[in-house]
Amino acid sequence: MTQQQTAGPPSAGHADLAEEFLDRQTPLSRIRNILHRYPAVSPALVLLIAVVVFGLLNDRFLRVENLSLITQQVSVVGTLAIAQTLIILTAGIDLSVGAVMILSSMVVAQLAVNNGLPAPVALLAGLVVGLATGALNGFLVTRFRLPPFIVTLGTLNIFIALTLLYSNGATVRGSAMPDLLTWTGSTFPVGPVRISTGVVVMLLLYVAIAFILGKTAWGRHVYAVGDDKEAARLAGIAVNKVLMSVYLAAGAVLAIGAWIQIGRTNAASPNAGVDLNLDSITAVVIGGTSLFGGRGSVWGTLLGALIVGVFRNGLSLAGLDVLYQTLAVGVLIILAVSIDQWIRKVKS
Amino acid sequence: MTMTESAAAGTATREPILKARNLVKTFGRVVGLDGVSLDLYPGEVLAVIGDNGAGKSTLIKCLTGAEIPDSGELFVSGQPVHFKRPQDARAHGIETVYQNLAVSPALDVASNLFLGREERLPGPLGKLFRVLDTKGMRRKAKDELTRLGISTLQDVTVPVENLSGGQRQAVAVARAAAFGSKVVVLDEPTAALGVRESNQVLQLVRDLRDRGLPVILISHNMPHVFDVADRIHIQRLGKCAATITPQTHNMTEAVAIMTGAATA
Repeated sequence: MTQQQTAGPPSAGHADLAEEFLDRQTPLSRIRNILHRYPAVSPALVLLIAVVVFGLLNDRFLRVENLSLITQQVSVVGTLAIAQTLIILTAGIDLSVGAVMILSSMVVAQLAVNNGLPAPVALLAGLVVGLATGALNGFLVTRFRLPPFIVTLGTLNIFIALTLLYSNGATVRGSAMPDLLTWTGSTFPVGPVRISTGVVVMLLLYVAIAFILGKTAWGRHVYAVGDDKEAARLAGIAVNKVLMSVYLAAGAVLAIGAWIQIGRTNAASPNAGVDLNLDSITAVVIGGTSLFGGRGSVWGTLLGALIVGVFRNGLSLAGLDVLYQTLAVGVLIILAVSIDQWIRKVKS
Repeated sequence: MTMTESAAAGTATREPILKARNLVKTFGRVVGLDGVSLDLYPGEVLAVIGDNGAGKSTLIKCLTGAEIPDSGELFVSGQPVHFKRPQDARAHGIETVYQNLAVSPALDVASNLFLGREERLPGPLGKLFRVLDTKGMRRKAKDELTRLGISTLQDVTVPVENLSGGQRQAVAVARAAAFGSKVVVLDEPTAALGVRESNQVLQLVRDLRDRGLPVILISHNMPHVFDVADRIHIQRLGKCAATITPQTHNMTEAVAIMTGAATA
């Protein structure tokens, strides 16, 4: 940007306008502008550095089997994080994603195993559960104007209780289920590696949601609503409709997450994965999506989920106690949010 | 065409684009508007000034569909209209730029111009997969900005939050003025701006007027009002105290009328 004040376009008379485009940039602020424009850059760098460092620390880390294992380990939380990203983009937060996923997985497993419904019907019922929970959250957020944090804190407890009531606390083992339910846990060979079907399903979801968010009016409206609700309303966007559809979409994604969870753990357990609620938020935040809404992408979230997976796997391969993994994740979260705050200070 | 001529010629011969007759609006016992009439002619800047509580924002809200008047008539290009919500006014080509700047900071300039009226790609990609025509919208946004003479915004892919206050105001004004609107209503467009940025916005108002788009300007800032307005509608105690021009009255006289110390 070496444009001079006087070197404005022929339509001048506004010599001072050209100056507006003069960026008095330092190298640091230039980095900040790039991060601001492409929020997925910083998690991508972190992931790259982490992979290199852990690869140097332990040569088992970079083996294809290990890398494939990491992707499987993040497939469930990575899917929940898609739903979480959608909600957080609207400046909300969903504490109930893990509970919804478990409730949906229990309904699917029980209907198929105990009630003998065909597997596709059971999966459809799981989808209905996901949509219903999304509708409840969305209804409370839009109609009663309650903060999403409070709504989902309440529904988190409700869904956990419903899961336990419905399942009597009993786990359904994968061996008792029809093959379709555990299909997401199956693997197929690609060259030397075995890829899990669940990971592929997760990646397809990322592609689909990224496409919708980036290329459709609905996606743009999601960002606009999260960015500034009032501005979106004045621009003629039906804010409540958008919010409701976001919660419904999140519910549908969570139902698919339930399917992946069943395959990954080869079981449907009512006690599993409650910490997935917070892990999904971790992935979103580390992935550079702003908790204040309107900024971020699902690709960042995928990177965030992979970063957490790589850290956990790498630290355990390095022989460190699981507590240090938790510690590392905690540090990552605080770093990620600090970077987000710093990036948001961008001014012209 | 000088301001005097346009205003005089307007009042004498032309049909007003927006015409209000005897608008009354009460809030409980409080009378917000007490029989206000207003005419807006093509190609003029009509400023609305008044003290706090004089009814200027109520008047504007009635003109833009944000409030429904209790009685009175509204005409757009001679046709009677009844606005029940802001969208109704927008459908008749009356666009409002709100004081709090209804733009989405993280979206780029083109996305903001098309926010709420996005265009899809032609063919199955747009119809079936609802894919946006991002390139087309950017091109049209550029064309529209050129047509409106807004030179402050050269790159339509810049997020609005990276723009200065004056440029953001330009985005908001551009959105209001673009896409075949008939009237642009600006509510305190310079209130939050510095001197230089205010001048940019005032220049933009003149440019709009020179392109034939009439502007209603609500402002507290007398120098700004006298700088750009062709006519000035002075609200006082829910009524129109006077409609003056910068040629017939000066600022002191306008303030005197506004506060009731003098009559026109």
